[in-house]
Amino acid sequence: MSLKSKLHNLKEKYKGTKMAPAFNALHTFLYLPNETTHGGTHIKAADDLKRTMNTVIMALVPCLIFGMFNAGYQHYIATGAPVDFLSWDAFYVGLIKVLPLVVVSYGVGLGIEFLFAVIKGHEVEEGYLVTGMLVPLIVPVDLPLWMLAVAVAFGVVIGKEVFGGTGMNILNPALTIRAFLFFAYPTWMSGDKVWVHGAVERANEIASGANLDAISGETILGSLAQGQQSAYSIADMFFGFIPGSVGETSTLLILLGGLFLIFTKIGSWRIMLSSVIGALVMGLIFNGVVDAGWIGEGSKFYGLMSTTFWHHLLIGGFAFGTVFMATDPVTASQTTKGKWIYGFLIGFISILIRVFNPAYPEGVMLAILLMNVFAPTIDHYVVQGNVKKRMKRLKAKIA
Amino acid sequence: MGLLSKKDAKLITDPLADNNPITIQVLGICSALAITAELKASIVMSLSVMAVLGIGNVVISLMRNVIPSKIRIIVQLVVVAALVIIVDQVLKAFSYQLSKTLSVFVGLIITNCIIMGRFEAFALGNGPWKSFLDGIGNAAGYGIILIIVGFFRELLGSGTLLGFKVLGDPIEKTGLYAIGYENNGFMLLSPMALIVVGIIIWVQRSRNKELIED
Repeated sequence: MSLKSKLHNLKEKYKGTKMAPAFNALHTFLYLPNETTHGGTHIKAADDLKRTMNTVIMALVPCLIFGMFNAGYQHYIATGAPVDFLSWDAFYVGLIKVLPLVVVSYGVGLGIEFLFAVIKGHEVEEGYLVTGMLVPLIVPVDLPLWMLAVAVAFGVVIGKEVFGGTGMNILNPALTIRAFLFFAYPTWMSGDKVWVHGAVERANEIASGANLDAISGETILGSLAQGQQSAYSIADMFFGFIPGSVGETSTLLILLGGLFLIFTKIGSWRIMLSSVIGALVMGLIFNGVVDAGWIGEGSKFYGLMSTTFWHHLLIGGFAFGTVFMATDPVTASQTTKGKWIYGFLIGFISILIRVFNPAYPEGVMLAILLMNVFAPTIDHYVVQGNVKKRMKRLKAKIA
Repeated sequence: MGLLSKKDAKLITDPLADNNPITIQVLGICSALAITAELKASIVMSLSVMAVLGIGNVVISLMRNVIPSKIRIIVQLVVVAALVIIVDQVLKAFSYQLSKTLSVFVGLIITNCIIMGRFEAFALGNGPWKSFLDGIGNAAGYGIILIIVGFFRELLGSGTLLGFKVLGDPIEKTGLYAIGYENNGFMLLSPMALIVVGIIIWVQRSRNKELIED
């Protein structure tokens, strides 16, 4: 008997019981549903929620693989024994560090989704598929796994399930998880030790008296915020050979993923474009302020404010957030005009937070969460504006 | 409950669960968020509110027939302000550190909606004994939530309870900290208090479906 028919039988056997949603989920994840709709009107479309989710995951896979190579590459550079980027050594270190993050993220997240589906008696929702892939990509490589598990549980329950599950959440779940980690365990989420595998351990060894060189895994944003020049070239930033969260370093691969999302019409190009414009505008304003001489070199904002405006797009998590998180169809604005406003403000506020709050150099996370909250308001006013315009036209016609 | 008649007992037990001032009436949230980072502060705050509300309810109830209804709010304010000042002075005299932790929130008991709410809704229409019980009951209902929230926030946020290091020492890495556990800094921030209160509300309403409003 094939796996497919076995699953069919299992599904029939558990039909109507409490565990049914769990088996259904397994079945529909692997195969087409074996039932057909009866009566009524129906639309035949290839892109159901599952297909949408899988497309995003496909766009994320290059970032994940690159992240694994980069984790090992940065580790070996930092320990003073550099290896080639595309070497087995680099990949191996990355694999054993990153794979557990992925496994924990999916294990805990899907476990909670299954649990809620069984308790509430509805089908398991596919919403976590993308979140589960995003989460390991936006955390530091050395993050303890139990912290990730706690954060995922928090993010899925408080960020999503209490609002009614997939499609009803106000905040992007992946960013809720990251924000939770950021505020709950700041020593593991910021600073110059967490971004390179081994740096924290090395720091502990030195603290206990070992005679070793400290590993500095400062991110570019971190150095700039302290007013130092970053040691990385534009090419390094663009291709992603820099320390940072696992999958957010390579602007090139994020760009490719973004183009793939735009081409498959999963991600909104309006949000991506307007967000980039917003960031450039804010960057230009700050550059203007520096050029006008209003901010001296002594100012603590000087480092990030004087950064050439378009460099902001390459460093930190801006590109990743813009392409994969701002475009989340559930939490973003729905109207066309709303998307432009929403995206623009995300870019604008990201750079604003980056510059003015050196303690939170990753402004894009907070900017997206903030705009998630405002997205329904933006939509409301766009729709109201449209209603008003049409009413006016109608009145003009009648009169 | 031999001391109290069934009706009187209900005045105390109702606000503890099914008519809780915080989780059901959603009053007094502000102080529940602000001072619950430590269990000790939560307990002292609950006791302060209990003193003010218990005595205040009796005073208002005794005066209920002589207060002109047009100026009743100002009279209530005078009563509650006087009591709060007494509580504040007592705290300052006997437990200065704690009174610093609670800072303005003792003074802000004056504006706690639960107190004015009980004066208006109960003490103005009932005798002193019943009002006293109602005051104690509502303050206890308020206090129990504060203590639950304070318990979880202090335990998970600082790893202590009433100042005792129940989970081990985070600096010397003993107890749970030896195996890599770390305190959750988010628990010490006010937003997490709101989330904890939200979870209590969630649990309470899913246990008793009658409490769910449309």
